[in-house]
Amino acid sequence: MLKDITLGQYFPGNTAAHRLDPRTKILLVVLYITALFTAGSFYAYGLMAAVLAACVRISKVGLKALVRGLKPVLFIIVFTGVLNLFFTPGEEGLLWAWGPLHITISGLRNAAFMVLRIMLLIMGTFLMTYTTSPISLTDGLERLLNGLKRFHVPVHELTMIMSIALRFIPTLIEETDKIMSAQKARGADFESGNLMEKAKALVPILVPLFISAFRRADELATAMECRCYHGGEGRTKLHVLRYERRDYVALSLGILILAGVIAMRAFGL
Amino acid sequence: MPILEIQHLTHTYGVGTPFQRSAVEDVSFTVEKGEFLGVIGHTGSGKSTLIQHLNGLLKPTSGKILLDGNDIWAEPKKIRAVRFQVGLVFQYPEYQLFEETVYKDISFGPRNRGKTGEELDHAVREAARLVGLRDEHLEKSPFELSGGQKRRVALAGVLAMEPKVLVLDEPTAGLDPAGRDNLMANIREYHRHKNATILLVSHSMDEIARNVDRILVLKSAHILMSGTPAEIFARGPELLAAGLDVPQITKVAMALRDRGLPIDPAVYTVEALERQLLALKRGGAPC
Repeated sequence: MLKDITLGQYFPGNTAAHRLDPRTKILLVVLYITALFTAGSFYAYGLMAAVLAACVRISKVGLKALVRGLKPVLFIIVFTGVLNLFFTPGEEGLLWAWGPLHITISGLRNAAFMVLRIMLLIMGTFLMTYTTSPISLTDGLERLLNGLKRFHVPVHELTMIMSIALRFIPTLIEETDKIMSAQKARGADFESGNLMEKAKALVPILVPLFISAFRRADELATAMECRCYHGGEGRTKLHVLRYERRDYVALSLGILILAGVIAMRAFGL
Repeated sequence: MPILEIQHLTHTYGVGTPFQRSAVEDVSFTVEKGEFLGVIGHTGSGKSTLIQHLNGLLKPTSGKILLDGNDIWAEPKKIRAVRFQVGLVFQYPEYQLFEETVYKDISFGPRNRGKTGEELDHAVREAARLVGLRDEHLEKSPFELSGGQKRRVALAGVLAMEPKVLVLDEPTAGLDPAGRDNLMANIREYHRHKNATILLVSHSMDEIARNVDRILVLKSAHILMSGTPAEIFARGPELLAAGLDVPQITKVAMALRDRGLPIDPAVYTVEALERQLLALKRGGAPC
């Protein structure tokens, strides 16, 4: 049950998409998102969808896994779609109206664009987390943001926090599962009752979970100190990130596509 | 009629995925009322999966569990009622404590069962007494107690539901020797006084040998053997071959036998071996 959550899960593999430098992948996602928000026509969206499809193809991540990632945000997608569909201002091309609700051609367009945009956005970013292990992702992020250290941004600390958080998600899920079973064995009821009773029923899970999270944090801090961890200063890496030919190729392609989308917008395509 | 009857129980994890794996496969056994049954096996032999079926936390992939002759999954909506009748104490149960006071925490189970007032108070105090908690502990926060005392509170929390069958998963894991002996003494006492049915899962052969009436040995999802401690430990070499341990004193007896002393292979207590050795010394036949 709880174990089925796939948020930010990594699917190991050895495709070109997996081998790319994590920095490249982060930059590509940034380019991809910029392009998505620049796109203003169906042609441009078609191009973006094709780009995503090609990346999915290369990464060999099943389309099923990608679509499953959309499930948690299904509500947001539907909500945005409906909102844009009925409440886009303007009377031009009116198709249907009832009170304050009206559907226009531009409303239809807007709704379709917004839904497409959110779906492509989420699937694109999920593709990155599916093909990049959390460790290399935070590693890449740290190197990318390295320049900010000059402005006293604690980049290393922030990325360390991130990797620890990612590392402990499965552990805490397992822990929650165990505590739930133990409380169920004492007759706890999580299914029936109204909202208030259901919220109350969570107390026997949350209290032990928090206590165990604090205990784990404490133990982890001790273990890190025992291994002389003292922050990022002077710390070297086991795997030094290095840009390869494929990274330059991928980045050039990404920039070209973004330029293409900007050009399409400029020429009103 | 046996109080618990397990018929051809199979549980498969991850059906239809590449990770498909049977944790328990075609396991059948019965537990009689008042019996003290020990379950031993390696990590990953299926013990934990097996016991989570007994109170309906896991649903069998196939097979049945009969409690007092009734299939516990006959009415899936009433599965909660089974949890009060088969009390399950998990490994390291002290991590499930959550209330402000020990008293409130112990009363969680019986309150879920619908007990109130005097009846509830009686159940809580009786459970606390059974595990050796004093009245002054009851008003404390469970988080102020020592590890061993927390374990007792968690055990009392299950006993207070007054289950017909008590299932204990490694109740003494991580306790110091004195704490271990104390806790086991409490459990034996509970067994004797209430004529309770207990299933004890343990890694420690010595602990099992000293306490139970009958042993079930699990190995890679199957029952390897079952019988009284004497029957099981008489097959010491087989147990060792299966990668399981035998009680220390059985090892001594096996070593003595290998040197030619006519000792019954099924000794598993110091007293029994002592009797045999004394008898040998006097030149008489071993009893």
